Amino acid sequence: MIIIADGLSLGAIYALIALGYTMVYGIAKMLNFAHGDIIMVGAYVILTTLQMTGNPYIAIAASIVVCTVAGIVIERLAYKPLRGASPLAVLITAIGVSFLLQSVAQLIYGSKSQAIALPDFGKITIAGNHIAVSTLITLIVGGIIMAGLTVFVKKTSTGRAMQAVSEDRGAALLMGVNVNRIIMITFAIGSALAAFASLFYLMQIPSITPTLGSMPGIKAFTAAVIGGIGSIPGAMLGGVLLGLIEKVCLSIPAISPYTTAIEFGLLIIILLVKPIGILGKQRREKV
Amino acid sequence: MAGFASNFKKQFKFKYIVSWVAVLAALIVLIILNNAGVLSRSVTGLLSRIAYSIILAVSLNLVVGFLGELSLGHAGFMCLGAYIGSFFANSISQSIDNKLIVLILAMLVGGVVACIFGFIIGLPALRLKGDYLAIVTLAFGEIVRNVFKNLDIFGGAMGYQSKPYNTKELYIVAFVAVIIVLIIIQNLIRSKHGRAITAIRDNEIAAKAMGINVTFYKLFVFMLSAFFAGVAGVIYGHFTTPVLYTTFSYNYSIEILVMVVLGGMGSINGSIIAATLITIVNFALQSKLSGDLAALRLLIYALILIIVVIFNNAPAFKNIRERFSIKSIIDSRKARNAKSQAKISDDDAKWDRIESKIKNDTILTPDLPHSDAPDESDSKEGK
Repeated sequence: MIIIADGLSLGAIYALIALGYTMVYGIAKMLNFAHGDIIMVGAYVILTTLQMTGNPYIAIAASIVVCTVAGIVIERLAYKPLRGASPLAVLITAIGVSFLLQSVAQLIYGSKSQAIALPDFGKITIAGNHIAVSTLITLIVGGIIMAGLTVFVKKTSTGRAMQAVSEDRGAALLMGVNVNRIIMITFAIGSALAAFASLFYLMQIPSITPTLGSMPGIKAFTAAVIGGIGSIPGAMLGGVLLGLIEKVCLSIPAISPYTTAIEFGLLIIILLVKPIGILGKQRREKV
Repeated sequence: MAGFASNFKKQFKFKYIVSWVAVLAALIVLIILNNAGVLSRSVTGLLSRIAYSIILAVSLNLVVGFLGELSLGHAGFMCLGAYIGSFFANSISQSIDNKLIVLILAMLVGGVVACIFGFIIGLPALRLKGDYLAIVTLAFGEIVRNVFKNLDIFGGAMGYQSKPYNTKELYIVAFVAVIIVLIIIQNLIRSKHGRAITAIRDNEIAAKAMGINVTFYKLFVFMLSAFFAGVAGVIYGHFTTPVLYTTFSYNYSIEILVMVVLGGMGSINGSIIAATLITIVNFALQSKLSGDLAALRLLIYALILIIVVIFNNAPAFKNIRERFSIKSIIDSRKARNAKSQAKISDDDAKWDRIESKIKNDTILTPDLPHSDAPDESDSKEGK
């Protein structure tokens, strides 16, 4: 029970990050390798504002704002000039941005891990199991955000424009969709989700290092691929699945050291069996 | 006879042999210097590092630059080579006295094991395209690290205690390996197979339509690249002890990628130069930048990576690029020299830049009296 709750909340974190990956991939057709490091940026912003003001709510708000702005700035400076260039070039640039963020953070904050004191909500007992309230908060807020995002994409005109760009960028452009603006919004939303993810991540593991984002980033990306990259429900499903698998593996002593290997092995197996991911859409290549 | 001469010329075009000839010359100079006692221990150590970095960069370039697929798990293959090679060397060193033979055997074994894993990873990866392949190779690198970390026969989290080769001599073996790798790769990419590989990079569907076995070549390149990375890993394992899984992280794969991108994707000579430069810079900065300042190095790499890639690929810089590239400068000089021999070469494939000979006005006004305008323009060109 505890394992499942933990797994679900970790899964919610992965799902939030994976959503950022999958939306950017669906709309801008690029892998934003720097996405994981946006989480790290968010974590450091929370740390700094918490030290300055002592108010966790201001810290959370600041982290969302900074992450969103960072996402937009990165998109403008690093990715926009490469629109229309080969995917490999964009991918390498994204890796460069990821390194850039990590090294800047290390120069500012040092490579040592810093502890952060977020308010402790204690534990509650459900059916005889002690579950941390933060886990429940992660689950509930994560669920609300994901539901909100689904509604946003399905119902609003911006959301529909996003779907259109994802489907066929050229046709969307002809229909009067401002593609650059849509891509910018996508990056903004993805980065804001990463800010939430950083908050939830810190609630589980309250220490920050400059490479904090890279592992969850890679795992969330794995989740996005497992679920079928470019698909929003796929990212949620993949994230929750991966979170559950990780916690279950960690709870079994015999295989816990190999958790990372199992997770990535699963990725390879899923791609072998179904290269487009569980909920991915098959795209036929046109000559 | 003339045919043979031109063939000979083509075979030994300066551009293609310069790499390994230069490395060979450098090696001879270094051996002479070493025998004269000029080279210190740290310099010979640096030379070994340069050697395995060159092998890594060149072999990654084979995948990224020539096959056009991104591999982010190159350090994983190197890790396999380092662990397996050192383990093998340790276990046979009792029965074989000659250290050189042990090293060479270890290189082959490490390379073959890495190659086998290249096959295992390549097989699913072939069904995937670009980004997916990148993530699978990344996942592979992490899996390898994670497994070696937990295997007790390989020392577990403490790292594997390999027996380092004599540093003063290791670089010679390493550079000979570099030369062999360079000769193999240079010959491969100019062969029929090499053209098939670049054809796959340029247009996979068209290559398939031409009857190129895409699956075979992708797997082949992947395995060859893994083999060389494994060999580099064995050199690494004989250079330093313990062999520690943390070395072969994702960051190391990226560092190799930086070498390839900086040297120019698809340029072997560029990879050699970039690998040498970056290794020397690393070596020089390692002692100067301690602690958190070490991040400065990564910062510089990241900036170089971003700027180089954006400059080389952004559509907005196309004009500047074409104006200032070495190729265009040479081309314009050639064009000046061969003014009289003006001809349109088809294989340049710059269709967008060939101007139309038909003038718009003549199309728009076909019924006007001076309808012989096209002839006029033709005769002008003839002069």
